[in-house]
Amino acid sequence: MSDPVRLKAAEIAEALGDGSLTSVDVTQAHLDRIADVDDRLGAFLHVDPEGALATAADVDARRAAGETLPTLAGVPVAVKDLINTVGQPTTAGSRILEGWVPPYDATVVTRLRAAGLPILGKTNLDEFAMGSSNEHSAYKPARNPWDTERIPGGSSGGSAAAVAGYEAPLALGTDTGGSIRQPGAMTGIVGVKPTYGGVSRYGVIAMASSLDQVGPMARSVLDAALLHEVLAGHDPRDSTSLDAPVPSVVDAARRGDVTGLRVGVVKELGGEGFQPGVQQRFDETVELLAQAGAEVVEVSCPSFEHGIAAYYLVMPSEVSSNLARFDAMRYGLRVTPDGPPASAEQVMAASRDAGFGDEVKRRIILGTYALSSGYYDAYYGSAQKVRTLVARDFAAAFEQVDVLVSPTTPTTAWRLGEKSDDPLAMYLEDVATIPANLAGVPGLSLPVGLASDTGLPVGVQVLAPALADDRLYNVGAALERLVDAPVLADIDAGAAR
Amino acid sequence: MSSAISREDVAHLASLARISLSEDELDRLGAELPAILDHVAAVQEAASADVPAMSHPVPIDNVFRDDVVRPGLTPDEALAGAPASEEQRFLVPQILGED
Amino acid sequence: MSTQTSTPALVPFERAIERYDPVLGLEVHVELSTATKMFCGCATAFGAEPNTQVCPVCLGLPGALPVVNAKAVESAIRIGLALNCEIAEWCRFARKNYFYPDMPKNFQTSQYDEPIAFDGYVDLDVEGETFRIEVERAHMEEDTGKSLHVGGATGRIHGADHSLLDYNRAGIPLIEIVTRTIEVPAEKAPAVARAYVQHLRDLMVALDVSDARMDQGSLRADVNLSLKPKGSATLGTRSETKNVNSFRSVERAVRFEVSRHAGVLDAGQSILQETRNFHEADGSTSPGRPKSDADDYRYFPEPDLAPVSPSREWVEELRGTLPEPPAERRKRLQSEWGFSDLDMRDTVGAGALELVVATVAAGATPAAAKKWWLGELARRANEAGVGLDELGVTPEQVAGVQALIDEGRVNDKLARQVLEGVLAGEGSPEEVVTARGLEVVSDDGALGAAVDAAIAANPDVAQKIRDGKVQAAGALIGAVMKEMRGQADAGRVRELILEKLA
Ligand SMILES: [Mg+2]
Ligand SMILES: [Zn+2]
Repeated sequence: MSDPVRLKAAEIAEALGDGSLTSVDVTQAHLDRIADVDDRLGAFLHVDPEGALATAADVDARRAAGETLPTLAGVPVAVKDLINTVGQPTTAGSRILEGWVPPYDATVVTRLRAAGLPILGKTNLDEFAMGSSNEHSAYKPARNPWDTERIPGGSSGGSAAAVAGYEAPLALGTDTGGSIRQPGAMTGIVGVKPTYGGVSRYGVIAMASSLDQVGPMARSVLDAALLHEVLAGHDPRDSTSLDAPVPSVVDAARRGDVTGLRVGVVKELGGEGFQPGVQQRFDETVELLAQAGAEVVEVSCPSFEHGIAAYYLVMPSEVSSNLARFDAMRYGLRVTPDGPPASAEQVMAASRDAGFGDEVKRRIILGTYALSSGYYDAYYGSAQKVRTLVARDFAAAFEQVDVLVSPTTPTTAWRLGEKSDDPLAMYLEDVATIPANLAGVPGLSLPVGLASDTGLPVGVQVLAPALADDRLYNVGAALERLVDAPVLADIDAGAAR
Repeated sequence: MSSAISREDVAHLASLARISLSEDELDRLGAELPAILDHVAAVQEAASADVPAMSHPVPIDNVFRDDVVRPGLTPDEALAGAPASEEQRFLVPQILGED
Repeated sequence: MSTQTSTPALVPFERAIERYDPVLGLEVHVELSTATKMFCGCATAFGAEPNTQVCPVCLGLPGALPVVNAKAVESAIRIGLALNCEIAEWCRFARKNYFYPDMPKNFQTSQYDEPIAFDGYVDLDVEGETFRIEVERAHMEEDTGKSLHVGGATGRIHGADHSLLDYNRAGIPLIEIVTRTIEVPAEKAPAVARAYVQHLRDLMVALDVSDARMDQGSLRADVNLSLKPKGSATLGTRSETKNVNSFRSVERAVRFEVSRHAGVLDAGQSILQETRNFHEADGSTSPGRPKSDADDYRYFPEPDLAPVSPSREWVEELRGTLPEPPAERRKRLQSEWGFSDLDMRDTVGAGALELVVATVAAGATPAAAKKWWLGELARRANEAGVGLDELGVTPEQVAGVQALIDEGRVNDKLARQVLEGVLAGEGSPEEVVTARGLEVVSDDGALGAAVDAAIAANPDVAQKIRDGKVQAAGALIGAVMKEMRGQADAGRVRELILEKLA
């Protein structure tokens, strides 16, 4: 048996099922791997060996007793530190929540526990999920296993690094403007943002409520589908959760047949502004789809060009309100300014100044501005109208085609610090991923090889209509076979072949 | 609409948002925000009057819960994360304003 | 906070309204009596130990999400219908953003430009005249937590060292009912304001949607008031008086603010736009929080909640559950009871309407029920400084006492003693009669002996009666009653005396 940390989740599940591995073995192997390499990756903010091993032992015992267990029972998982976990701190990557241990589990965590997945720990992220590089973590940057001088993407950079760097076979991310798909593309793994409302947001610390979705990150399309199935489904605690059947994503991931499928290439997401090495891999991927029997057409979505502008109004507006609760009164960091006895108001302002990082403050101020009287209609109001236009573009496109494809990101992973001084430049990196969040449709990014110009992973994004998440997995599985992208040999060691 | 935003505007926004920004931060945000606002102001041309605003990405309505009591947190759980507490209540600094 | 250099003298209300007309606006918050909070499953019981009715949602913990209480929406629609409002086909919740420690999320989930009910009215009868109050809107929102200020000399915020917060009340459903501006003859304004709030209280009770107790804060009124010089169309600056906690206080707050505004205006100063706090002790108001451009609540549609679009079928179904409107009910009761306008006004004014209804339902005549509640019981409530409903006697017990009289088992004097026993917690009227041995004696055996004794003790009187001076019997009756400690049937005693001395 090869090193358990190299196995995919589906392979681990099979080995657990036939008794060739125990969950304790697999979990311990991943804990050991984390202990070995995480000082280089910075993927984890908290590791929970006791909790993970206890779950693993419990699963092993139940299996030994002949119990029929869920498919992923015993397969370890890492959880983005934006998602509440009883018994483990949840910091959102922020000083303001340092050491905070939630008194309740997020619904997705409840589902992981019910399905018997040992939770290895909590992964690093940009503070409150605000960023595309993981450099905005208040604790430490996470690094890209392909080149630890480079960013792993963000905001789910810790989850991406953990999965790509063989610290975890599966991880949970959250995606508000691309925060699962973009780091997935940067680190050469699969990441899926489900349909808005497909997965519960209860217990997930909100960045922008109308955009946030939790989704799976994994090293194969099937693995992502297996995790998707655990996470998805109606939750009465989340009023925006869809009361609809979960699309059969696992079946789709096993099918992988694009014969006769109509695939639209989004004209506006490519060409100028996209790194040649990225564009080249994307073009090859489209060619492979056509060769496999898909019907490829070009589709125009003219409103997508305003997506970033709309996003950087809607998101900070909701951020400014969602993050108001971090005020040092009921939980979190309390900073009392020097001098005469401070009022509650002064303590709030001092604590928020000390507890929030620059990017968070920037977005709160921007959102406060966009919502303030006299500016609401011009900014927030207009941005919400652009959402309607983006949704209409999707609707029109999905009249013509079954799925849309584009490069996930304009570039491959950049060096740490390279874009830190120019927030706007960083925002523009989200151009391809943002439209799906604005419209609520699902998107998947999967690796399609390395860019010839940088030698770093390139991701291709597949988009489908709301509630048609299964189409993503069907196309993803087909592409996975067609492309056969090289995998990471080891940290900073390049491709295995 | 012009996206002129002054350092004073940033200070006012910071007070609305309850963040005591330092002088340096005010300077920096005062310089950064106009560039960002110039970019995002594009939504004003893109969105014409007859386009409806979209507050929720999926059209659902009437999501209700039955009026049935469910167990919540114990006082200990509720207060576990509190920076300070007294008499089973959250202790906060003096509140200025109305009495 | 005041920028005024001196406080101008108050102008007596009657003098003020010679020159100014008050323009009123009333905002009433009604706490719904649902079992759970607006957006979570926490209980809403009044007076629970601090922070025992809280959860991640109403504490605003990171990651928590709201879910709307169906019963609260139902109550909101019924209230809207009872206020003759339109019910929105589609509406949303909005976030009202401002920082305050009693508000866990630092935004209140409320409704803004899309209230569930709007454009209604109520008709009030005030001193025989009808006034129509237009209701601009009724919307759903959530209550805040409660703070206890510690270390200040007065227990108020100013001077307090710190505050202690209890979030049991945070998230309890509220309906805010907002009037359009009310312009009525100046001298009527205080009474109309009071009658409006009383009307809302009666309506909420009749709808069974709220306890509507001003003393417990489940019905709270804010009085907005400005003055305009008589004959002028220009509205003045308004003040918003908060913490008005009784019907009487509503009336007093209007009178005080009219006097205060007139004083300020007469002194050539201008009214500050501010909230004012009402003081129960002397009926005055004091400055609260100044209102300014800084009040920027940055409302936006609540993204965590789905819109509400009540079907027309549901609305009509709820319309079918509305109780008889209070004014119509009052008219019906008045005619059923045969009360005069004055009887009815006295009964309503004494807060005895529901008690009389219940006493009549328990078997008493309307006249008898009114006699008890507006007479003996009103006197006792007044002495004890409590409301009629807090006296500790139920309408059923009052009807029971009256039944004893009607059956001739006690006289009026004994009946008052029975009531005393009931109020002292000695049990039902029947039990008090038995325990205290209060029933009148009409048994000839026992009475005969007492009559014989009285005749024997008063031979002169007896002779007068024998001689035909029947009116002298009163002295012998008195002697018998004294002997029997008041418990004799006076009519039968008289008959026995006349028989024996015939
Ligand atoms: Mg309100
Ligand atoms: Zn609660």
